[in-house]
Amino acid sequence: MLFRLFCLVSALFFLSPVSAQTDVIAQRKALMKGVGGATRDPGQMLRGQQAFDLAKVKAALETYADAASKMPALYPAGSETGGETQAAPAIWQKKADFDGKFASFAADAKTALASISDEASFKANFPAVMKNCGGCHETYRAEKK
Amino acid sequence: MDRIQSPLKFGLVFLLVVAGLGFAVFWGLTSPDLFHALRGRDLNLPPHFVADAGRGERHFWAGGCASCHHSESSEKGQANGNAVFLGGGQRLKTPFGTFIMPNISSHPQDGIGNWSFENFAKAMREGVLPDGRHAFPAFPYTAYQRMTTADLADLFAFLKTLPKVDGRPPAHELAFPFNLRRGVGLWKWLYLDGAPFLPDPAKPDLWNRGAYLVNGLGHCAECHSPRSLAGGIIAGRRFAGGPSPEGGEGRVPNITPHPDGLGRWSLEDIEEFLKTGFTPDFDSAGGSMAEVIKNTARLSDDDRKAIATYLKGLAAIPK
Repeated sequence: MLFRLFCLVSALFFLSPVSAQTDVIAQRKALMKGVGGATRDPGQMLRGQQAFDLAKVKAALETYADAASKMPALYPAGSETGGETQAAPAIWQKKADFDGKFASFAADAKTALASISDEASFKANFPAVMKNCGGCHETYRAEKK
Repeated sequence: MDRIQSPLKFGLVFLLVVAGLGFAVFWGLTSPDLFHALRGRDLNLPPHFVADAGRGERHFWAGGCASCHHSESSEKGQANGNAVFLGGGQRLKTPFGTFIMPNISSHPQDGIGNWSFENFAKAMREGVLPDGRHAFPAFPYTAYQRMTTADLADLFAFLKTLPKVDGRPPAHELAFPFNLRRGVGLWKWLYLDGAPFLPDPAKPDLWNRGAYLVNGLGHCAECHSPRSLAGGIIAGRRFAGGPSPEGGEGRVPNITPHPDGLGRWSLEDIEEFLKTGFTPDFDSAGGSMAEVIKNTARLSDDDRKAIATYLKGLAAIPK
């Protein structure tokens, strides 16, 4: 009985951090998917495949700002691998720089929210926000396995 | 005694002769001068040709030179800004060891400032450095050999306009036997054919331009193809993607028109991706491809269309 209890407790002890880590991986992946999904409408507007719609543009920028504020906390030590993550090891080697990328992404999204009021200001300001994606992926996202 | 000794002596001499012959054959086959001896060196330029650094800059971005050779200390963005510092020093990890990118700035001693055009053409086409040694094929001369002499001359003119950067990065860190430069000569027999690009007259100009950019300057297949144990591209699976040449568990995507590759991408999708880095799903390129996008973003719309046209016309190969 005591042995069973010991097994159970130790199993919980060892399993819980693992599941918590796959949990943060799932969370950050969902947020990133959301960012990509939110880019579809404004991206198509920039390419002339969709009519300009200010409400959709603002919704996308709010999604960016929200995700960027939540992301840095979702890369704790111990979540480097698992859950088919494409997070590159550089994230944990240069965590401050990585967090800074999200801070500037959030700041750029908020600036754009304030400055975009029509199609012309959208075309002038939105691409700069999109540059954050590649600027961070270059160093911090690994190739698909 | 004599009866025992002479067969022994004979055997020893025989072995020495065989070893000596073997070494002579190896030495002959791996000579960096062999390419020149077998194929000549055609440096003829069109009549009245004047090298133009402006055109050379287009080739520079198409060739992705800065991606590997930009100074390690300079910010990646800076290398793609107005000042391009090509001091080298970046590390390229491969299954053969770590290659450390050389300085190709216009510095006379540490870079290529003192190179002649012939030196440059020899490096780009034959993979031979001015001191007569083989260059390792991490430098994609198997692709650059397709370039026309005129484009090489323009590119060389542009490189000469870039700032001088001091300092020579350290030597490559390669494992035995890959650290034996002479062995690259054998590799070249397998993978360096010395053929310049020949346009296919049956195909439209745009396709031919794309073929030239993709297979020559762009050296796309270098990453987007699997490699044999000898480190050469497996011809039948060219452009079908494969394990990341930089090691690790990552995979480089298939870029043939197969559903496993770019099958559902339109021509415009490919052009847009090369310009902005965004896929049709608005995912954004990462890793080395983000670096490549910085180069392809600087190409003309026509050149991006040419690349897309050529890729759409490739044979579809499954994953």
